[in-house]
Amino acid sequence: MENSIFLQLLPHIILGTAIVLAVVIEISTEKSKQILPWLAVLVFFANAIIALYRIPESVTVYGMLSVGGKAAIFDFIFNFGALIGILSSVNYIKKYGAYFGEFYIIVLTSVLGMMLLAGSLDLFTVFLGLELMSISFYILAGINRKKLSSNEASLKYFLLGAFATGFVVYGIALIYGSMGNTNLKFMFNHFPNLISHPLFVIGMGLFLIGFSFKIAAFPFHMWVPDVYQGSATTVTGIMSTIGKAAAFSVLIITLTAVTTGSAPHTFEDYFIAISLLSMLYGSIVAIAQKNLKRMLAYSSIVHAGYMSIGLAAGNAASIGGIIFYLAAYTFMNLGAFGVISIIEGENDDRVNLDSYAGLNKKSPVLAGFMALFMFALAGIPPLAGFFGKYYVFVGAIEQNLVWLAIIGITASVISIYFYLRVVVYMYFKDELEDFTIEKNIPGLTAVAISALAVLVFGIVPDLLMSVIISALK
Amino acid sequence: MESYLLTYLLFTPIVGSVLLLFFPKSQEKAIRWFGLAVTLAAFVISLVIYFKFDSSLSTFQFTHQIQWVKSLHISYSVGIDGISLLLILLTTFITPLTLISSWSAIKKNVKLFTFFMVFLEAAMIGVFVSLDLFLFYVFWEAMLIPMYFIIGIWGGERRIYASVKFFIFTMAGSLLMLVAIIWLAVYASNQIGYFTTNLLELYRVGPNVPHEIQRYMFLAFFISFAIKVPIFPLHTWLPDAHVQAPTAGSVILAGVLLKMGTYGILRFCLPLFPQSAVYYAPYISVLAVIGIIYGALVAMVQKDMKKLVAYSSVSHLGFVVLGIFALTPESVQGAVIQMVNHGLSTGALFLLVGVIYERTHTREIAYYGGIAKLVPVYATILMIVSLSSIGLPGLNGFIGEFLILIGSFQSQVLGSWWFVIFGATGVIFAAVYLLWMYERVVWGRVTNPKLETLKDMNTRELVVLIPILIFIVWIGVYPSTFLNVSHAATQGILHTVSSFTFNFL
Repeated sequence: MENSIFLQLLPHIILGTAIVLAVVIEISTEKSKQILPWLAVLVFFANAIIALYRIPESVTVYGMLSVGGKAAIFDFIFNFGALIGILSSVNYIKKYGAYFGEFYIIVLTSVLGMMLLAGSLDLFTVFLGLELMSISFYILAGINRKKLSSNEASLKYFLLGAFATGFVVYGIALIYGSMGNTNLKFMFNHFPNLISHPLFVIGMGLFLIGFSFKIAAFPFHMWVPDVYQGSATTVTGIMSTIGKAAAFSVLIITLTAVTTGSAPHTFEDYFIAISLLSMLYGSIVAIAQKNLKRMLAYSSIVHAGYMSIGLAAGNAASIGGIIFYLAAYTFMNLGAFGVISIIEGENDDRVNLDSYAGLNKKSPVLAGFMALFMFALAGIPPLAGFFGKYYVFVGAIEQNLVWLAIIGITASVISIYFYLRVVVYMYFKDELEDFTIEKNIPGLTAVAISALAVLVFGIVPDLLMSVIISALK
Repeated sequence: MESYLLTYLLFTPIVGSVLLLFFPKSQEKAIRWFGLAVTLAAFVISLVIYFKFDSSLSTFQFTHQIQWVKSLHISYSVGIDGISLLLILLTTFITPLTLISSWSAIKKNVKLFTFFMVFLEAAMIGVFVSLDLFLFYVFWEAMLIPMYFIIGIWGGERRIYASVKFFIFTMAGSLLMLVAIIWLAVYASNQIGYFTTNLLELYRVGPNVPHEIQRYMFLAFFISFAIKVPIFPLHTWLPDAHVQAPTAGSVILAGVLLKMGTYGILRFCLPLFPQSAVYYAPYISVLAVIGIIYGALVAMVQKDMKKLVAYSSVSHLGFVVLGIFALTPESVQGAVIQMVNHGLSTGALFLLVGVIYERTHTREIAYYGGIAKLVPVYATILMIVSLSSIGLPGLNGFIGEFLILIGSFQSQVLGSWWFVIFGATGVIFAAVYLLWMYERVVWGRVTNPKLETLKDMNTRELVVLIPILIFIVWIGVYPSTFLNVSHAATQGILHTVSSFTFNFL
């Protein structure tokens, strides 16, 4: 018995041990900065592989945490995404002025938080995971304390994030008050009775609002542009992809009650509203952005909107679609931020569109990758981003939400303009700024892995989708 | 072997374009020849398909199906009928010629250009062979990217505006189609028990969709195709794209890309939603006739040769749309042959404009005058191509327009002669704008001293244009070779439409 629980929690234990080990290494040797990234890469790689093996079977540990199954798919996304993020960061953080070993330790703790979130079966686990992830992110956002923009990002993120966490805690308190329990399974089983309880509904509402903040959906998006722009580029990459995926994993778990219970579509209107507003607001405002990081921040709001279509539809096709979409989004967005981090200069410069003018002449390889990610984000088939959208739209149309899908494509058409503009600058314009791009082998590897994933999951989506479907059953 | 032929045809340019990426950038000559070899190989395969094709059947041939995305029942499903075969032949015929024509015009980044051209060919073939709506959609979108780059990198002064406009217009239409595709597949899953985008299965589902909803579906598909054709008033991207694109881009755009719209109408709109097609036929025909006259009138006043040819496309494709929605055997056959004709004639016109543009770097009609004495061969070829575009009997344009007008005249769906009477004026206008341009450019005295040094066409340019001329005359004199190929297929489509609506054949 003891032994089997140890095995079931192996990924968490590996990660926890690695964190302790990393702290020891950081204290004991000057060379920690060279050792820690590879320790992190190793741990994330091992955990990603373990996650793949655990997808077929889902096990519950002490009624608090589920491992394997759906949680394992998320674990795979988190660990693989973090691996790419670390590779991008190895050279980047030197340039950014945050050449600390702590950087890697905090990334490790944030991933541990995400894994708790994706596996949570109890509101306490949700809260624990949320705090572990969020606090790690607040620190990562301000990792260079000498930089004003970094400080601003961290403080904004912290203040608004703490506010959102307050919503979640208050929501949890009310839910506990109404059902006398914090167990999510209990909640699923008694959902039809609970939903008539006003305290429960208010509690759920607060809980969903808190997580809407974390997925960066309109109107809870105010922090997104500043934080994404101010943080270190690779940190933004990690936050915007696997951080978003972690928040979505909780929404999917809590809404399982909605999909499997006898009271479906209780919160349909709420999700319709946030998806509609996020898609339109994000895509329109993104057009005005000159700063690439800021543009991708608004694009992140748009994508949160697309994924929320899936939450509104709430059927098996759309939930599978969201998970696929999250994986696809992780790869294409991490890839895009990876390219930005390679090109970025030392003082937050070279992140504007003008710096990308004529990039095809400076570096055809980087331009080619960036174009691929932009087309994938715009949803051009057969790239991974397209299939994410396709699956979600299928779910929406099955649920008779055709009009929401049409709003979705309207946002897509608007989005094409700003994604294509990056391509226009890279290929159709002459160079405006003169600089050389430093060699960055780990960064380029990260970008290449992302590009490969975007292509493979686009051409053979079944590789991922069949796994997701089997895990959802 | 036979069932793999289409796959070979499709993957030859795909593999070829990937291999092109491994060539060193400086080896321009090798890249050009390799690109040509790949496209010629595709042409040879399409000829093999042509000779093995049984034109007496209206069903799809060389079909081949492999499961692609199991979770959504999407399959790689290909097959052709006579209509697709003609358009595939047109594609594989035009592409190598445009590649040769670009050898002197494209000096910048030859590798990337050749890569995009070969990749574009693959996407175009993909559109014509797909028998799965999803697969079709993938190729339909994939085709956008190379064309976008071709206009954007090698285009004229306002190339960025033109390329982005082209992309967004097409994308806006096709995303609407995507929603309709998903809706249809979801509807099918309620009818036949599983989610499918297989065209042959949806042929049985589409006509049974409740009519009010079917009309929306029809419009979603139709608008997407109408943008591509383009049908008035959705044509505004076309003059920009054509004028800004390099010659090779314009030729492919006019020669093949526009046909994808009319092909889509024939392949999807008519058999999937026959009741709605008949319902909307008169309205669409009105737009087609407006397009014929509008395109011709606007072409007439153009000062730029390329713009003139671009607007003439709007006019000519109006004929094709009129022919399709007249829904008679003659008119639909005429529309199919006119699709090929327009590809040849307008493609040749763009090539000819390109030939002279390379020498003088201007397309202003007023710049020229009296070049007949200086470049007699060029003047002769331009004459033949212009006449073919006008529709002179004995050349290809006549056959298509004649069949379309005859067919529309008898059409019960349209039910009025006025369509033909107004449509036919387009032929007269075509004579006006083309002959007038010809007169101003070729005849008279040489007024511009800069023209004195103008050189006539070289061997390479003749190699490009003479094959096109051969087909222009061939279709004009003996059209049966080509009409027979598509006959069974067009009859099949009309039979489907009439069996679901009323017997008007």
